[in-house]
This record gives sequence, structure tokens and C-alpha cells, in this order.
Amino acid sequence: MSLWNRHKIFEKNSIILIAGILVVIAIGGLVEIAPLFYLKSTIEKVDGVRPYTPLELAGRNIYVREGCYLCHSQMIRPLRDEVERYGHYSLAAESMYDHPFQWGSKRTGPDLARVGAKYSDEWHVTHLIDPRAIVPQSVMPGYPSLANTEVDQIDMEAHLRTSRVVGVPYTDDQIKNAVADLKAQVDPDSPNLEAFQKRYPKAGVRNFDGKAGNPTELDALVAYLQMLGTLVDFKLYDEKANLR
Amino acid sequence: MTSPSPVAKSMTIGEAVLVPLFAATAFLCLFGAAMGHDTAYVFHASLATVASLAAAFVILNHYYDRPAQLPPQEINGRPNYNLGPIKFSAWMAVFWGIAGFAVGLLIASQLAWPALNFDLPWTSFGRLRPLHTSAVVFAFGGNVLIATSFYVVQKTCRTRLAGELAPWFVVVGYNFFILIAGTGYLLGVTQSKEYAEPEWYADLWLTIVWVTYLLVFLMTLVKRQEPHIFVANWFYLAFIVTIAVLHLGNNPALPVSLLGSKSYIAWGGVQDAMFQWWYGHNAVGFFLTAGFLAIMYYFIPKRAERPVYSYRLSIIHFWALIFLYIWAGPHHLHYTALPDWAQTLGMTFSIMLWMPSWGGMINGLMTLSGAWDRLRTDPVLRMLVVSVAFYGMATFEGPMMSIKVVNSLSHYTDWTVGHVHSGALGWVGFVSFGALYCLIPWLWNRPLYSLKLVNWHFWISTIGIVLYISAMWVSGILQGLMWRAYTSLGFLEYSFIESVEAMHPFYIIRAAGGALFLIGALIMTFNLWMTVKAQSADQAQGAGLLQPAE
Amino acid sequence: MTEHDDIDSVSGRSTTGHEWDGIKELNTPLPRWWILSFYATILWAIGYWIVYPAWPLITSNTTGLFHYSTRASVAEDLADLEKLRGEKMAVLGNASLAEIEKDPALLALARARGKTVFADNCAPCHGSGGAGAKGYPNLNDDEWLWGGSLDQILQTIQYGARSGHAKTHDSQMLAFGRDGILKKGEIVTVANYVRSLSGLSTAPGFDAAAGKKLFTDNCTSCHGENAKGNQELGAPDLTDRIWLYGSDEATLIETITNGRAGVMPAWSGRLDPVTVKALAVYVHSLGGGK
Ligand code: HEC
Ligand code: HEC
Ligand code: HEC
Ligand code: HEM
Ligand code: HEM
Ligand SMILES: [Ca+2]
Ligand SMILES: [Ca+2]
Ligand SMILES: [Cu+2]
Repeated sequence: MSLWNRHKIFEKNSIILIAGILVVIAIGGLVEIAPLFYLKSTIEKVDGVRPYTPLELAGRNIYVREGCYLCHSQMIRPLRDEVERYGHYSLAAESMYDHPFQWGSKRTGPDLARVGAKYSDEWHVTHLIDPRAIVPQSVMPGYPSLANTEVDQIDMEAHLRTSRVVGVPYTDDQIKNAVADLKAQVDPDSPNLEAFQKRYPKAGVRNFDGKAGNPTELDALVAYLQMLGTLVDFKLYDEKANLR
Repeated sequence: MTSPSPVAKSMTIGEAVLVPLFAATAFLCLFGAAMGHDTAYVFHASLATVASLAAAFVILNHYYDRPAQLPPQEINGRPNYNLGPIKFSAWMAVFWGIAGFAVGLLIASQLAWPALNFDLPWTSFGRLRPLHTSAVVFAFGGNVLIATSFYVVQKTCRTRLAGELAPWFVVVGYNFFILIAGTGYLLGVTQSKEYAEPEWYADLWLTIVWVTYLLVFLMTLVKRQEPHIFVANWFYLAFIVTIAVLHLGNNPALPVSLLGSKSYIAWGGVQDAMFQWWYGHNAVGFFLTAGFLAIMYYFIPKRAERPVYSYRLSIIHFWALIFLYIWAGPHHLHYTALPDWAQTLGMTFSIMLWMPSWGGMINGLMTLSGAWDRLRTDPVLRMLVVSVAFYGMATFEGPMMSIKVVNSLSHYTDWTVGHVHSGALGWVGFVSFGALYCLIPWLWNRPLYSLKLVNWHFWISTIGIVLYISAMWVSGILQGLMWRAYTSLGFLEYSFIESVEAMHPFYIIRAAGGALFLIGALIMTFNLWMTVKAQSADQAQGAGLLQPAE
Repeated sequence: MTEHDDIDSVSGRSTTGHEWDGIKELNTPLPRWWILSFYATILWAIGYWIVYPAWPLITSNTTGLFHYSTRASVAEDLADLEKLRGEKMAVLGNASLAEIEKDPALLALARARGKTVFADNCAPCHGSGGAGAKGYPNLNDDEWLWGGSLDQILQTIQYGARSGHAKTHDSQMLAFGRDGILKKGEIVTVANYVRSLSGLSTAPGFDAAAGKKLFTDNCTSCHGENAKGNQELGAPDLTDRIWLYGSDEATLIETITNGRAGVMPAWSGRLDPVTVKALAVYVHSLGGGK
């Protein structure tokens, strides 16, 4: 009985009780989270991953806003069927510039981690406006309003600057040209094009939604979808070095 | 009450601080409403302006109307319990419950019949799903937790709730947070962190409200008249303080502009994922588990009129539960890019969590020993007890799903959704309903309008739950098996879209189950409403209250 | 809990002697099965930590007895899969398209492989079963934009159409209206002419001769003298009643005004060569290919 008596100290003093609780709940979190920041093996060393272009970033924010992550994962697990269906399993490095991450927890629709370049822009445009026009069995909502809403440009520079503060390595040059780059990516005739492509290697420059003029939300979302999973060249990736 | 008071009237610290603070906030928010960069932000700033002005006005008005002396701590030697905020919160729980279940039914129907998305931004599945999860977990569940905690802590400490304005600030402020969060989802304002979707300004506001909640609860414990702190209060305290820690850890974000709703979270990629599920899992562990266990520890013994089964079990399972829960987050990230070592910890700690969880179930169920016959006659007690059984089921299923091989099948599928709802509908839902059926009559000091209707509620909802979770088990396992099925030649057997098609019948069954659950809750609302309304009828006629409906 | 004379009459157990709002607690000992099960899970966890990677250290983490890694393990699983089907697939890889076509066993294998990959990669555009959709050709009929021989189909799948790949099929239907080559009225006329080619009704007052002239001047260079199409250019046969985009007047006007350039992605980078070959065989078998 005596051991049970010791518990009195918590029952009789609310401050000791709360202190006890705090100590007990702190341990697990610290041990699991802190090492992810200092263990080198956490994020693989790979070439090719770059920050999002302003247009892609805008598209990603639309992806977040519409809650696409609630039906689509962006995390191919190292399981045989997933690797076969979707492609190489996802690396931590591939989402290192994602604030917040978009791995998802439910697959009502297919994984999108490597959907980039799988379909044509037109397909995405049709599909996003009316999924069942092209995939009759789909249960995905349609997003027709994206096509006639222009991307909000007011805070574009601030988006990049804020991202830099939280750890995305945007350069001054990239920040300064945020709005110009946003427009250049949908305009293959833009004088700004060469500089843009230097700032963002491998970025696709097209009129994604097929309509000329200022980038629409549809342009942005398709640009984002079309780059997913295209940055890392797995022919050059060192598989063995990153087992962990 | 009306006798002139001998003391000169002066403002309490709360009043003196809050009135100017709300006035200043109103001014700031007005500025935000005028200068905001996006419509959602402007809308929220306008709401906040109106709400701050209203708050300042109400506090001032109350000050002028109230007697000089604050309500006494005791009347005739008995604690003068503060019930107002509890009544408010209890009814908000009912309201949000109905709203949340209705949205659940809508999104369930959208997955069966996608035309119900209407292709409008604010009615699409991706925006309504967080509205559902937040409405049921935080709005419904949260109000139940706040209402019951304020009730239980007063009763078991034999003292009046600490603070006069503060408890009101907590209940009203919390519901204002829900309003901002919910309208935000519809307008597309979200951080996309599951169960923590509200944007930076809502998060900031919640921090203030939650710290006040913690202080009110803690200060009530401090001034208790009982030598020992009752076990329910250990759980409430652990729930409140841990949620505060989790909220701060998962939400640090930098707004793009102080005049816009969008922010970027401090954490990125794999670290953000770990923070998210450290939070997400423990939102389950502390909000949906510890908090509701506290409810169980008060309402079951009280209703059954039996002592808590085992004090020693309480101690061991309490500390083991809160220690182990924190570690289990990585079971949401099995086979992802989270390093293997962390996944191992998540899995093993989830397994160790099984018995501590069942300790709560044992303590709840065995409290009935000697009173089992009451289950036949008291549907409220039956609801409470069945909820504990569902808790036992969910906490068996959870550790099982945490095993990596099992999770490789269940993750990403409806199996998870089935698991969630056996916990959410069966445990959280039923224990809350049971508590409300006790609480509302106690608060208004009158008998429940109809026990027969409780019985109807119980059976209709139970059938609903069974339909819901069995449909999801079948669809989830089917989905998982279809995704990994190989032909004898070694090729994938099914395409993804074939698995989508195969879900259709189960989505219809799930929606039917949800509809039944909602109908049950509507019956409860009517019952509780009639209970409260009977007051005036009672005063008019002084006649029998226990007549069954119809 | 110094004294506990307070005994609960129902269970015969002592209580802790405290009471909160009428609630007491019994001093029941921990259920044995419960505490033993708890210990068992702890022991199991310790065992698991020894075998598998588990604890983070200062610069690394414990890797467990067998240095298990999920990533290594999927590599093994994929290797096993390779073993299961690798030999057969290698035969498929080495055989020429014509040889596959002749060997029933190889043909069946190629079709089976093609069918499964088609369902996840191609069906979103070409429909399940390859029935097509507006702008996405039906692969079941025996009409081909870019040719229906095995080699031609293989080439289309490898490099796509207007896909941006260096070897892609590349040619576009001109935007006669947008680029000001034809006037609005002329477009209506030629659209009606195109309808007349496959026996569809024409608008009242349609001038067939003018239509024919416009067509000859502008369209035959791609669609051919008798509008039978040209597979070199991916220009469809306009007389066969099979429509990629549609045959109503409005759609035809749209086609001629703004041109068309459907994009079929290149698959050579995404899918391995044997799979692409199998797809060609599968698609060929769908359309009763030439
Ligand atoms: C209700 C669930 C749901 C929501 C929300 C949803 N999707 Fe989908 N999505 C699906 C389903 C089911 C499919 C598979 C059928 C199809 O192709 O339409 C799909 C397919 C896709 C595909 C094709 C993937 C492939 O490899 O075939 C893309 C791309 C896509 N969705 C993007 C999005 C984007 C972007 C959003 C948000 C703006 C979104 N989805 C929202 C359910 C959803
Ligand atoms: C993004 C949509 C898309 C996807 C995915 C797609 N295709 Fe296509 N495919 C097209 C379009 C559009 C055309 C017609 C191109 C044109 O108009 O010239 C086409 C044409 C073809 C043709 C030529 C048809 C003809 O009449 O000559 C074949 C063969 C074909 N696709 C096979 C496939 C196979 C096999 C796959 C999967 C590996 C596939 N396609 C995936 C869009 C797609
Ligand atoms: C430079 C070559 C070229 C010229 C000139 C040309 N076309 Fe085409 N046409 C094409 C190609 C290539 C396609 C198929 C586009 C695709 O597959 O997306 C096509 C498609 C079409 C279609 C769509 C058929 C269907 O099945 O939906 C019509 C109708 C058509 N052309 C009519 C015309 C008419 C009328 C003219 C002259 C006014 C014309 N074309 C001139 C190359 C040409
Ligand atoms: C009328 C009753 C209900 C219905 C019809 C319903 C329906 C749904 C649906 C359709 C989903 C989305 C699943 C998916 O994405 O595939 C969902 C998710 C969810 N619901 Fe409910 N629900 C109901 C009640 C509740 C209650 C009472 C709670 C909690 C107390 C709850 C908590 C949740 C949670 C936490 C999720 C997210 C699950 C996840 O992310 O895996 N639901 N619900
Ligand atoms: C010992 C107790 C429990 C354990 C170990 C456990 C474990 C798990 C596991 C493994 C998942 C699936 C993660 C995934 O694959 O994505 C999960 C999901 C979930 N569980 Fe539990 N569970 C437990 C108890 C409960 C209880 C009592 C509830 C109460 C409602 C609950 C609510 C949820 C929710 C809401 C999710 C969905 C999270 C999401 O993806 O959005 N769990 N749990
Ligand atoms: Ca989820
Ligand atoms: Ca948040
Ligand atoms: Cu969990």
C-alpha cells in the first residue's frame, strides 16, 4: 500500500500534478522530433530539387486551399505495388521545400507524387473543370471556377520572402522578379524567359490552360501538377547511399 | 438581491482590462477589415470587429447592471456553483453536433454521388471535409469537454469556478474561434494541417482562449475544498495542458502579410510531417481520449451510483497513457519518407499503449459491477457503457493498425476512416450524448423529458454506427487488397479507377448509417429541448414531466 | 489513505476513504491479466528494438541486428518480382514485334502486360477499354491517325504526339480563323463541306462548289486530295464518320478556326522498353490493327 500512498503528492498539489504531466509528455516528442533536425540521414542528398517557381507556388497554394490533399497522397511508399503503379518511392528530399508537407493520409484518388508529365495540359484542364467528362467513374469534384479566376499577384514577392524566412532558399533575384516570373512562365514569347529559366531549371513554360493573358488559377494548378515528381533524376540517384 | 450594497461598486480586474482591450481590438480589426488583402481576411476582420465591440459593450453593460458585490463563493454554506457558461457550452455542443453530423452526411453522400459537390468552390468535398472534422471534433467534442470539465471540476472540488468573466471568455471565445475556423474552410482558408487547419490569426486567438481555459481550470483546482484531486480532473488537466503544447508545436507559422490570411508554416517536409502527426495523433490521445475519459470517470460512477472500480488502475493507466501516447504519432507515417527508426518507435509504443488504454475501459465497465441490471432500465447509462465498449474496440484496432504489415494494407484506405468512426461515433459520440442527457437535466434542475426517446436514440444510432463501420471495414480492406493484387503472371491486377468503382455500394451504406446517426442526434435535441422548455410549462402547471413523448 | 474502514457493501472491497460529489473509489488491485499483458507488450517492444532500427543517437541511430531497412526490403521485393516475370519479359524484350505476333504464348503475355499498364496510364485519356473520349482517339476501331501497324503504334506510344519529345509526331492543324487565313463565312462554308464529305446534312444555302474550292486550296495539303487523311501528318480521314472532336457545325467551326493539336505524352522515359512494346501489341490487338 505504501507505494500507492506516494501518489498523494500529485493528488494534493495541482501544481506538482501539472508539472508531472508536462515532464511526462515532453519526453516522447523530444526524442522523436529533435533528431530529425540534426541526423544527416533524415534528408537524402540529391540533385535537382529546387524551390517552386512563383506560378507553381501559387498552384500549390490552390491545391492546399481546395483540400486536394484530403483525397490525394503525395507519398509513394516503398512497397512493390506502389512503386510499380506510381514510380520510384518518394524521398524526404523531394518535399524538403514543402511548407506545409502534402503527403496526405487518404487515397480516395490516386497518388500524385509523380503525376507531372504523365498527362497533357489539356487533359488536366478538362479533368479539373469536369472530371467525369473524361473519367466517367471518377468521384472527384469539378473546379470550373479556377479557369476564370486570375492568380492573385498582390503579395507574390512576399510569398517568396516569407518562404525564405521559414527555410526555402529563394535568392534575392528570385524574390525581386517574382511577379515577372509568374507571368513569364505562361508566356513562351516573354522577353524575361531566359532569365526565368536560369532561375528555375527544368521549369515548364507553356500556356497551361490554353488561354492567353494573365495567369489564371488553372494555369497555376496545372503548372504545379505538371512539375510534381519531375525534379529528381532517378537514373543518377544513389540508392544504396540512402538506406536508413 | 435588490438590497442596496454596502460596498462601493468597482470594476473587477477582468472588467477593467477587457473593456479597453476589446475596444482596442475592435479598432485594429476595423483597420484589418478596411485594408485586408483577401476577402476571407476582410470578412473575418469584420466579424472580429463586431464581436469585439459587442464584447466590450456586454461587459460594460453587465457592469452597470450588476450589484456591487460579486456573486458569493458560497450560499448557506454550500458552494455557489457557476452554471451559466456551462449551459451555454452544452447547447453549443448540441448545435455543432447536428451541424457536424449533417456535413458528415453530405460529404459521405458526395463520395457516393459526386454531383452533390455542385462544382462550387465552397461546397466541394475538399473544403467541407475539414468543416466536418473540426465541427465534430472541436466544436461538438470541444464544447462537451469544456461544459463537462467546468461542471465536474466545480462539483468534485466543492468550489465555485475561478474567475467571473474568465469562464464566459472561454466558452464564448472558443465558439468564436470555431466560427472563424468554419467559415474560413468554406472560403478556402486553411493551413492543410489535418485537425489544425485554421490559419495563423485563428490559431493566435485560440492560444489566448486556451490559456485562459487552463488558468480557470487550474485555479479552480487550487482553491478546491477537497483534500485530493479527483481522477477525472487529472485527465481534464492532462488534456488541457497537452493540447496547449501540441497546438503551439504544430502551428508556428509566418503570415505572408499581417493583412492577409495566408501563412507558411515554420516546419517543412519530413519534419513538418512528424510535427503534424505528433500533433494529430495526440489530438486523438488527449482531446478524443484523455478528455472523454475524464467524462467517463465522473458520469459513469455518478449515474450508476457505484464507486470507481480501481484507484490503483486509475493511477497506472493515467500515467502510462499520457507517457506512451506521445510516442505513437509515427504510426501515421509508416512506410513514408520518415526514417525507419522513428517508424519503429511509433509502432512499438502503439502496442504498449494497448493495455493502458484498456485500463480506462476496465475502470469504466467494472464500475458497473453490482449495477449491471441498471443497463436494462436506464438507456442513458447504457449509452455511456456502450461508449466504453467502443472505446475498447477502437483501442484494440488502433494498436493492430499500428503494426507495419497491417498498416501497409490499411493506410490510405477506408479502413482508417472506419477505425476513426468506431472511435468517433461509438466512443466520443455516445459518451457525449450520455453526458448531455445527464448534464442538461442537472443544470436546469429537472428530470429528463423522455427516457423512451433516449432508448430510440440509442438503437437508431447504434444501427447507424454498425452500418458505418462495417461498410468501411469491407471497403477499406477491399481497397487495400485491390491495390496490391497481382495476377499469376506477376502484373498488377486492378487499376486504381477499378478500386474507386468498387467502393460505390459501401459509400451508399455508409451514408445510410450516417443518416441514422444524425436522426438519433435530432431525437436527442428534441428531448433536451423539451426538458429545458418544460421549466416554464412546469411553473405554469406544476404537472407531471415524465410523460413519454407521443 | 491512512485508515480505510470504509467498505463497499456490494463488492466487499475497501474504498480509498475519499468522496467527491458522492463518488468513491475502490481499492481493487490491478487485474493480473492486465498487468501481465502490459509487461508482455513492453518485453515485445524491447525485443523489437533489438532487431530493428529504433533509437536515435547523436550522429546516427541504432540499426538493429540485421540492419533492416524498408528501402532495402522493397528493392528485394522488386527483385523477386523480376525473378517471377523477368525471364519471360526478357524473351519479350528480345523478340521483334512480328515474332511476338506470331507466337501465341508471347502474344498472350504481351497483351496481359499491356492490359495492366494501359489501365493505370492510358485509360484516363483513352477510356477503360480504349473507347476514347472527345479529343482522345478511340483505339478499338481500325482507324488510325498515325498509322495502325505494330511499328507505327509502337512509335506513337514511345514518343507521343506533340509531346515535346525530340522524336515525337509533330504537325498541327492550322488555326485558319485565329490566324486570319480564312474569313468567318469561309469557315462556315468549309465546315459544311466537311460535313457533306461523310454524308451529313448541310446548312440551307450552303454553296458546295465554294466549299470544295476552299477545301482544295487549304486542306488537301494535309487531309489529302479526297480527304482520306494522311498518317504521315496525323491528319484524320474526314470521310469515315469517325470523329476525334465532333462533327456538328459548331465543333467543326471551332476546329477550323482555332486548329487542333491533341497531345499524347511520350512514354519512353516513364515506362521501360519492354512494357512499351507490350503496350503496342495490346493496343494493336484492341483495334484489330493493320
Ligand atoms: C473527392 C475526392 C477528390 C478530391 C477532393 C480531388 N480529387 Fe483528384 N481524383 C479523385 C479521384 C477518385 C481520381 C481518379 C479518377 C479520375 O481520374 O478522376 C482523381 C484523379 C486526379 C488526377 C489524375 C491522377 C492520375 O494519376 O490519374 C489528378 C491530377 C487530380 N485528381 C488532381 C486533383 C486536384 C488538383 C484536386 C484539388 C483541386 C483534386 N484532385 C481533388 C478524387 C479527388
Ligand atoms: C494525356 C492523355 C493521353 C494519355 C495518358 C495517353 N494518350 Fe494516347 N493519345 C492521346 C491523344 C490526344 C492522342 C491523339 C493524338 C493526335 O491527336 O494526334 C493519342 C493517340 C494515341 C495513339 C495513336 C492513335 C491513332 O489513331 O494513331 C495510340 C496508339 C495511343 N495514343 C496509345 C496510348 C497508350 C498505349 C497510352 C498509355 C501508355 C496512351 N496512349 C496514353 C492522349 C493520351
Ligand atoms: C498543316 C496540316 C493541316 C491542314 C492544312 C489542315 N488540317 Fe485539319 N487536321 C490536321 C491534323 C494534324 C489534325 C488532327 C489534330 C489532332 O489529332 O489533334 C486535323 C484535324 C482536323 C479535323 C478534326 C477531325 C475530327 O475527327 O474531329 C477537322 C474537321 C479538320 N482537320 C478539318 C480541316 C479543314 C476543313 C482544313 C482546311 C480548312 C484543314 N483541316 C486543314 C492537319 C491539318
Ligand atoms: C453523421 C455522422 C457522420 C458521418 C456520415 C461522417 C462521415 C465522414 C466522412 C464521409 C468522412 C471522410 C472520409 C473520407 O475522406 O473518405 C469523415 C471523416 C472524419 N470524421 Fe466523420 N462522420 C460522421 C460523424 C463523425 C463524428 C461524430 C466524428 C468525431 C467525433 C467524426 C470524425 C471524423 C474524422 C476525425 C474524420 C477524418 C478521418 C481521417 O482523416 O482519416 N465524424 N467523416
Ligand atoms: C491505443 C489507441 C489507438 C491507436 C494505437 C490508434 C492507432 C491508429 C492508427 C494506426 C491509425 C491509422 C494511421 C494511418 O494509417 O494513417 C489511426 C488513425 C486514426 N485514429 Fe486511432 N488509434 C487508437 C485509438 C483511437 C481512438 C480512441 C480514436 C478516437 C476517436 C482514434 C481516432 C483516430 C483518428 C481520427 C485517426 C485518423 C487520423 C487521420 O489520418 O486523419 N484512434 N489510429
Ligand atoms: Ca486523415
Ligand atoms: Ca492551424
Ligand atoms: Cu494515431
